[in-house]
Amino acid sequence: MTRTFDHDLASEADWPRLMAAAQDGDRAAYERLLRAILPFIRAVAARHHRAPDRIEDVAQDVLLTVHRMRHTYDPARPFGPWLAAIARRRSIDLLRRQRRIGAVETSDSPAYETFADPGANKGTEARDASADLARTLRSLPQRQREALELVKLRELSLADAARLSGRSVGALKVNVHRALKFLRTRLAGE
Amino acid sequence: MTDAMDRLITGLAASAAPVRRLWPPAVRATLWLMVVAALGAAAILLFSDLATFAQRASDPKLAWELAGTLLTGILAILAAFELSLPDRSPLWALLPLPPLALWVASSGYSCYEHWIGFGPGGWELGESANCFRFILALSVPLGVSLLAVLRRSRPLAPARVAAVGGLGIAALAAFLLQFFHPFDVTVMDLSVHLAAVGLVVAISSLAGRAAGPPL
Repeated sequence: MTRTFDHDLASEADWPRLMAAAQDGDRAAYERLLRAILPFIRAVAARHHRAPDRIEDVAQDVLLTVHRMRHTYDPARPFGPWLAAIARRRSIDLLRRQRRIGAVETSDSPAYETFADPGANKGTEARDASADLARTLRSLPQRQREALELVKLRELSLADAARLSGRSVGALKVNVHRALKFLRTRLAGE
Repeated sequence: MTDAMDRLITGLAASAAPVRRLWPPAVRATLWLMVVAALGAAAILLFSDLATFAQRASDPKLAWELAGTLLTGILAILAAFELSLPDRSPLWALLPLPPLALWVASSGYSCYEHWIGFGPGGWELGESANCFRFILALSVPLGVSLLAVLRRSRPLAPARVAAVGGLGIAALAAFLLQFFHPFDVTVMDLSVHLAAVGLVVAISSLAGRAAGPPL
């Protein structure tokens, strides 16, 4: 489902006032602000990332960070640089995280040679294992898979993951635990 | 807008309790420095040998050195508070460098004189080990309290903030050290002081990094 609110987005000149109101606990102003700044955040993220789902990941991270840091904004100063600094930092954090993940994953086309020495086949075995893992992940119930992705792969805190998924921290913990247990028995059994 | 994003925004808005805005960084830095100044003054009055210190401070070289040390401390603390906010220029990190240069140059000069005067005796470690311990020991409580205050800003670049804050702390500790240090610095003293400062900066930077973003 796609909804747009573009026609009534608050203009950039209103952002400092909306944020000041949000700091004082005005939830409607805060919601208006968060919807209004989303295109700006996506634009910053698009400078570092190409894939639309990566840009969405950054945008979600930025909103969570803005939420945590909203007390650090000084309404006497412009809002744009404050927001831009947070968006840039979160974009770069995601790039770094990808690089870290990329360092242990391989994008080689599958190599079919096998060698007499079992140690020489490690590369192929690792690829098989990662394909197995991906298949097993897909067979997880949707809630468990989502919980695992938010908490373990995107490394969000439980509180942030709870906000993002609309589920309680307790439910997420249970889902992550069950997902890991499922993976463990499933992968050990194969 | 995707469902997840919509849910996130609604959720964040629903949980948006009023927050207390941070005071301006200069005010926060001044308050922290005033507390440290009060404690430092009490320690000096109670424990230090002020007569010896007054005699030594009449030497303009030492006066320059003291001014450089104290200014490095104050400006680095101010810079750390500024840097801890997302929308401040990273150039704040350069603020403590001019007084740092003054500090190193003036104490370097007096080491050089000593070296001429005493010869290789200036190279002996002697009392310096105590200075090293003094700077490190004083930096720990100062560092912990500064970290606690800076964490309120949730810095986006915690390692940088902690490194600049660490420089401020080590400089303040080295300034206080002068009141309990009844002799001019020798080459060894200076290198020991600088090693202690460098160590404090490195440890704080690592501590900042370990605390992870945001601090």
